[in-house]
Amino acid sequence: MALLNITSPHTSGPLDTGKVMQLVLIATIPGVLALHWHFGWGVLINIVWASIAALGAEALALALRKRPIKFYLSDFSVLVTAVLLAISIPPYSPWWLITVGIVFSVLIAKHLYGGIGYNPFNPAMVGYVVLLISFPIEMTTWASPRQAYDGQLPSLIESITVLFSGRDALPIFSLDGITMATPLDILKQNSTLTVEDLWTKFPQFGQWGGLGWEWANIGFLAGGIFLLTQRVFTWHAPISMLVSLTVMSAFFYDSGSSISGGSPLFHLLSGATMFGAFFIVTDPVTSAVSNKGKIIYGALIGVLLYLIRLWGSYPDAMAFSVLLMNFAAPFLDYYTQPRTYGHAKKDRSKSEGGQ
Amino acid sequence: MRKVWDIHGGIHPLENKDQSNQLPIEFAGIPEQLVFPLSQHIGAPAVAIVGVGQKVLKGEMIAEAKGLVSVAVHASTSGEVIAIQDNPVPHPSTMSAPCITLKSDGKDQWIEHQGINNYLNLDRTELVNHIRNAGIAGMGGAGFPSAVKLSVRGEQTVETLIINGTECEPYITSDDCLMRERADEIIAGIEILRYLINPMKETLIGIEDNKPEAIAALNRAAEGTAINVVSFPTKYPSGGEKQLIQILTGKEVPAGGLPGDVGIVCQNIGTTVAIYRAIAHGEPLISRITTVTGNACDHNTNYEVLLGTPVSYLLDHSGFHQKKCSRLIMGGPMMGFTLENSNVPIVKTSNCILAPTVDELPPPTPAQACIRCGMCAEVCPASLLPQQLYWFSRGKEYEKLEDHNLMDCIECGACSYACPSNIPLVQYYRASKADIREQKQDAIKAEQSKMRFEARQERLDRQEAEKEAKRKARKLAAEERARDNNNPDPIQAAIDRAKAKKASVKSEKPAAENATESLDRARLKEVLANVEKRLVTAKEKLKQAEQQGSDNVEAFRTAVEKTNSKYLKTKQELITFNAVNPALSDSSSMPAEKKILTGDAAQDAIAKALAKRDAASSMTDEERLQNAVSAVTKRLQKAQQKLAEEQRQEGEHIDLLTNAVAKLDLKLADADAAYQQFQNNNHD
Ligand code: SF4
Ligand code: SF4
Repeated sequence: MALLNITSPHTSGPLDTGKVMQLVLIATIPGVLALHWHFGWGVLINIVWASIAALGAEALALALRKRPIKFYLSDFSVLVTAVLLAISIPPYSPWWLITVGIVFSVLIAKHLYGGIGYNPFNPAMVGYVVLLISFPIEMTTWASPRQAYDGQLPSLIESITVLFSGRDALPIFSLDGITMATPLDILKQNSTLTVEDLWTKFPQFGQWGGLGWEWANIGFLAGGIFLLTQRVFTWHAPISMLVSLTVMSAFFYDSGSSISGGSPLFHLLSGATMFGAFFIVTDPVTSAVSNKGKIIYGALIGVLLYLIRLWGSYPDAMAFSVLLMNFAAPFLDYYTQPRTYGHAKKDRSKSEGGQ
Repeated sequence: MRKVWDIHGGIHPLENKDQSNQLPIEFAGIPEQLVFPLSQHIGAPAVAIVGVGQKVLKGEMIAEAKGLVSVAVHASTSGEVIAIQDNPVPHPSTMSAPCITLKSDGKDQWIEHQGINNYLNLDRTELVNHIRNAGIAGMGGAGFPSAVKLSVRGEQTVETLIINGTECEPYITSDDCLMRERADEIIAGIEILRYLINPMKETLIGIEDNKPEAIAALNRAAEGTAINVVSFPTKYPSGGEKQLIQILTGKEVPAGGLPGDVGIVCQNIGTTVAIYRAIAHGEPLISRITTVTGNACDHNTNYEVLLGTPVSYLLDHSGFHQKKCSRLIMGGPMMGFTLENSNVPIVKTSNCILAPTVDELPPPTPAQACIRCGMCAEVCPASLLPQQLYWFSRGKEYEKLEDHNLMDCIECGACSYACPSNIPLVQYYRASKADIREQKQDAIKAEQSKMRFEARQERLDRQEAEKEAKRKARKLAAEERARDNNNPDPIQAAIDRAKAKKASVKSEKPAAENATESLDRARLKEVLANVEKRLVTAKEKLKQAEQQGSDNVEAFRTAVEKTNSKYLKTKQELITFNAVNPALSDSSSMPAEKKILTGDAAQDAIAKALAKRDAASSMTDEERLQNAVSAVTKRLQKAQQKLAEEQRQEGEHIDLLTNAVAKLDLKLADADAAYQQFQNNNHD
């Protein structure tokens, strides 16, 4: 009788990588809806266009590398990259901007390093930083949230027109106020007004954070909690990042003087905080692997995030902080190897140093 | 409630135990033929003590333990030995091994046997001997000889005796049913164990809380004893010995150590019953409880099976549908191994035969890339970082693997189970572990050869010095004698005569040597031919493997390499041999020449000394050989230095250099041998 020879274990758990990625995609929905509500169709159009471009780029890369296209596409990882990048790019961006970002993310940051699992840097963040450096104007003009001005958000058709023909093609974009500085910009540039004054003077500030932004952050937080319950990742990295951001901002918040950095709540609910904490920092491929390593990794991102927000030359710093820590991840791995059963704690300081 | 500790990680696979634990244990019956592998345990295989054609009774010893770490084998029914030969055996890596085949006579007639009425009167060593003679090996996992575990162990006192009733693997219920139905025997067996090892602190039976009936039965049976039944939350792999110890005592067995190091002895539930039967009834271990389960069998239950019963016999009894069966597993789905052949027998460690359908345990899906999600690390009970181990395994970075404690992996499979990319992680670890072990062996060998080399070097130096001294003395003597030849001193003449006598005795030696020489030559040629043949088959196999894209290509390749180097070595040996012993006829004529040369015995001695002096001054052959040795020595030293350098820098040529060193080492051995032989032939 000829029987299959398969080595143990003969059974496997319910999760598979494709499903994990799908869960991540699902978890972005509340945040994306909040963004859509406040900023209009531009958000969804970014996502759709980025996804199309990403699938194309991935298929191309796989074909060039002679890998089975369908097998690898089915892991959904490239869609996650696309969605994450699309969310980071300002809505109503032109198609070429998105495409350039995707090409960098997928072809260079991912496939040039060997494809999924081999990339040391978060592909979406690489794409984002490349765009930010190459096209600073386009990348820093965010549309204003709908409550911040009297005008109407562009319609779906108008939004699609903007995608292909640029903002100048649409009269609505010449209106004053449709794009505004984000609250983080304002806070950074401010040196005269107290935080309270800022709040009353600029309509961009909302209840706790930036108008619109706070709801997007709450949406991403909800998605993150969903992923935690699904055990897609552990709490270590995101929570430690949020805690360190809170500690930093509490430390530098002198109850709102003109040089204050803004309250902890403001920082938690502004910019890309929650999105970053639960969707970028948790990217398993590029973060530290042990739980202790993840805690340090997250905490340092929180610190960097705050430092760059306040004193760096870019208003939001999620991408820079994460990429910087991607560098450090292998070292963290090396120094935070958990204690194995039956072993004494390892003392790395006595061995020959990092890898 | 006693405090229990938690282990790191763990998983909760579907238990699938209800299929097989609903019915009472059934006796499986007596098959027509039974097969007893001589090795069903860890340690040296037993030695058959019966012959083909011999009639044996049930319970009769048919193979005895060889040495201390070994286990005897007994006939499980009466009948006739019909073969002692290699047969397929159930083992994860061995296909077939020596077995005794028994044709049952259907009478199932016991050999005379008797229990011990009051074992408390017996000396412990004697009691352990009874257990040894009963052929008991651990029935849970690997089959460690029980008597060895129970033997008195010097200074170490045992604090805690732990009985493992965890049975955390899905599907398996053999211990569960045993505990439900034979709790009294278990407790009685544990009492014997307690008497033997005298645990100072406590005796615990650890059971997962998914077996309430078993817990209740044991609690009832243990009433009034010092035995404590402890249940804890179900989680795979709490049944691993190290894990169970941690759960029950909070202690960790130190890496590379044994439970004894922390004052603990572990025994399996099945083993306690076997010990009870051996002591109380004098019955050796001839049967066990085996679960037969899986949807490819209509009838899922636990059988009391005579050891040696073919798996196919059990399957036939259970309504097995081969067409539905995706694979046949001995053991559970997490750690069991696939059987390629259902004709293998049930052995002492066979706790389960799992015959799942394709739906139940589908074939593994192709592995995707590792996304470093860390789910494997979350579940690893040894707190390893399986994803790192995986990367290092793929990169064959053995040092990093050891640094990350690969050797502490218990191969529980939890990581593979949890991995969303379906990477067969454990498979990588097994391969890497084997490689590392092999490397260690090689390192030991290299160390040994280094020691040999140094010793040889020393010896050579010494010999060289001695020879030099002798040579001088001889030269001096010869010159003197040449001077004195015309007026011989009677004493000197006497001495010379004596020397000459000695020399003539020695001159006969070459003839004797010739005989051995020709024998040696024949042997070498034979060896060479053999190795050549093996090389050809190995190459063929490699080619086949390569064509089929088999996983074993690597293994075949190393085999070819090994055979090839052996071939080269043998050839070299033969060549040196021929060089040193040119041809039989030449050397056999030597004594005759010598006789012609000599008239007077003293003259003879002088001539010889003179000839030797001449040889010493020219010494071409010897010098050549000597030079060869020193040249190879130098090269070897250089290569070794390079290797050391490379190792320090973790360069990529380590393998290459290691090979080179090994080859040079061989060469040196050959050159040295040639030189030695030359010296033996020329300097008496
Ligand atoms: S579970 Fe699998 S995919 Fe995830 S880190 Fe471990 S090996 Fe990689
Ligand atoms: S098989 Fe080894 S690495 Fe994997 S979970 Fe078990 S102990 Fe950990």
